[in-house]
Amino acid sequence: MMQRISESRQALDRLNAAAAGLRDHVNFMEVCGTHTVNAFRSGLHSLMPKNVTLLSGPGCPVCVTSQGEIDLFIELAGRPGITLCTYGDMLRVTGKAGSLERARSRGAEVRIVYSPLDAVALAAQHPQRQVTFAAVGFETTTPATAIALLEAKKLGLKNFTALVSHKRIMPALTALLESGTVNVAGFLLPGHVSVIIGYETYRPVVEEYGLPCVVAGFEDLQIAAGLARLTELVRDGTPRLENWYPQAVSAEGNRKAQEVIERVFEPIDARWRGLGVLPDSGLGLRREFSEFDARVRFELTEPDSTEPAGCRCGEVITGRCTPAECGLFGKVCTPINAIGPCMVSSEGTCQAWFRYRRQATQRRSDAATKG
Amino acid sequence: MAKVRQIMLAHGGGGQLTDELLGQLVLPRLGNPLLNELLDSAVLDTGRETLALTIDSYVVQPLKFPGGDIGRLAVSGTVNDLAVCGARPLGLALGLILCEGLESGVLEEVMESVARTGAEAGVRIVTGDTKVVGRGQADGMFISTAGVGAVPDGRRLHPDRVSAGDVLIINGPIADHGLAVMLAREMPQMASAVRSDAAPLNRLIEHVLEKVDVKFMRDPTRAGLAGLAVDLARRTGLHVALDEPAIPVRPETRHAADMLGLDVLEVANEGKVVMVVGEEDAEKTLREMRLNELGREARVIGRVETEMDGICELRTAMGGRRILQKPYGEQLPRIC
Repeated sequence: MMQRISESRQALDRLNAAAAGLRDHVNFMEVCGTHTVNAFRSGLHSLMPKNVTLLSGPGCPVCVTSQGEIDLFIELAGRPGITLCTYGDMLRVTGKAGSLERARSRGAEVRIVYSPLDAVALAAQHPQRQVTFAAVGFETTTPATAIALLEAKKLGLKNFTALVSHKRIMPALTALLESGTVNVAGFLLPGHVSVIIGYETYRPVVEEYGLPCVVAGFEDLQIAAGLARLTELVRDGTPRLENWYPQAVSAEGNRKAQEVIERVFEPIDARWRGLGVLPDSGLGLRREFSEFDARVRFELTEPDSTEPAGCRCGEVITGRCTPAECGLFGKVCTPINAIGPCMVSSEGTCQAWFRYRRQATQRRSDAATKG
Repeated sequence: MAKVRQIMLAHGGGGQLTDELLGQLVLPRLGNPLLNELLDSAVLDTGRETLALTIDSYVVQPLKFPGGDIGRLAVSGTVNDLAVCGARPLGLALGLILCEGLESGVLEEVMESVARTGAEAGVRIVTGDTKVVGRGQADGMFISTAGVGAVPDGRRLHPDRVSAGDVLIINGPIADHGLAVMLAREMPQMASAVRSDAAPLNRLIEHVLEKVDVKFMRDPTRAGLAGLAVDLARRTGLHVALDEPAIPVRPETRHAADMLGLDVLEVANEGKVVMVVGEEDAEKTLREMRLNELGREARVIGRVETEMDGICELRTAMGGRRILQKPYGEQLPRIC
């Protein structure tokens, strides 16, 4: 523990030293739910230099899922004979007809799983029920869904489907940059996603947009070290792509996982909360797997993606507004009575703000320094 | 605050939603000065002596998990609720709700565990009740345990005795119980070193109370250490600061929490107690606690500060600060 504390100190010293050499205030953006949570949980925001801000981008899988898809999950869960398997985070996201949690209290069969293979096993054990897996997430969770679908095919299961809403990170980054509305000086890139896709994927961000990118691990100390390095790259005017998580991330990524994804899925246009429909930004099932497509089997059509009135989650996840600037934040929208997904997911920026109360904490530490 | 319409699992999590449920549906109808305190036991004054009364229900799944079972839990939880109010347990009442089809061997095992844990605590089951419900109307078995205890003269543990400068002391590492159960339930195929800490703490607590004037104590059960500390700050109106690097967590437990996407501060304990004592008594409390096997790893984990803001703050390992909130209810595993 003592060693860790001294290493954190060093990373923070380095961040402060680099920040002292900056001409202007800079914003960096992370695009990883685990980065969001750990930056808040560790109190990192209260230790940041005054002229460096860390924004949260579209990195929380629950938060980027469109309202229409959320409504679809809830609608499907309410049908008789269906068991909907989901990651825990989706349970409390509110749609037009409540949430999966409320649906469960009304009698819907909703199960929290840790792996889509658990959903496949459930389907094999209960042939009389239709088991659907709510497949959300970025490249981190996609290979597991692919493996589950391959397993279901191998077992010849007739009662397993996936309602797929997987997303790809790179098209979202590109769309953000193309929109020209986001003031970001560099990206802190996700550890988990990069394990799968490899860091070379991000090369265009540096080459075409001239922004430094640093891949960082997800512990507080690794996040601080990544931010320190990004600040140095900005200060020195040397936009580069650097991998600060070499113990897990390679240039080309996990080839096996990529192959599995490719066997089962193909890129499709997908709707993102806050970003709209982005070309090739989602993954759909290939034709050979369409028998496992919940949309096909249950003839689902996606409801309109009307987001809750007043909810600014879409702007929050694209760094265009902070949670505190949303009129609902902390007043009508709280973790107990969440309106938007950013307040529901524990990886969501709004919940992280609410739970770890960034501003209050900052005021406090300011007061402490002055005192 | 949203109106509670239909009971959800999270209403039983001991967090913010449980507070809402009690506040909206229970207390408006049943409230009275003793109940409204919402302490672990009610302390009743008969005029001649002071008694403590408590009740708890146990619905854990699976019935057996590494480090314990529903029987050990049913005795420990109730004994601990008496002990943290300063009471010496006099006897327990055991209510069994059994589900049709339950194997008798399971019941035998649980009863043996109740007997063993009772012997450990030095308390007997002195009355009870048994009901059987139809298949599917309960999950294996549920147990309700009530307990009554005697509070020695002159002993009073209450949040209104807490003042700025006091320190918080815990008897050992946190989050073992919740994670042992969670792993047994969610990943039964996985072998893990995490074992529940479920244990009766009355001997440890009684020993400390004989030596030290403890002002208040609680066991950080369902809403974890975060729930306890946030409640303490709110009830005293003082600022409570927890020192993250000082909070003991076993490496295997931290690892399991990271894997399941849970915060160790919010995970349940069943063999932990947090005592609030004056700073001058801190060393002595640690020394006395460590004499007991269940207090070997006792640590000072935080203190009560002078600001009158009712906020609980965590000083993180990195040197940062953040405000702690009471957990919501059901623990939702994170996606990755």
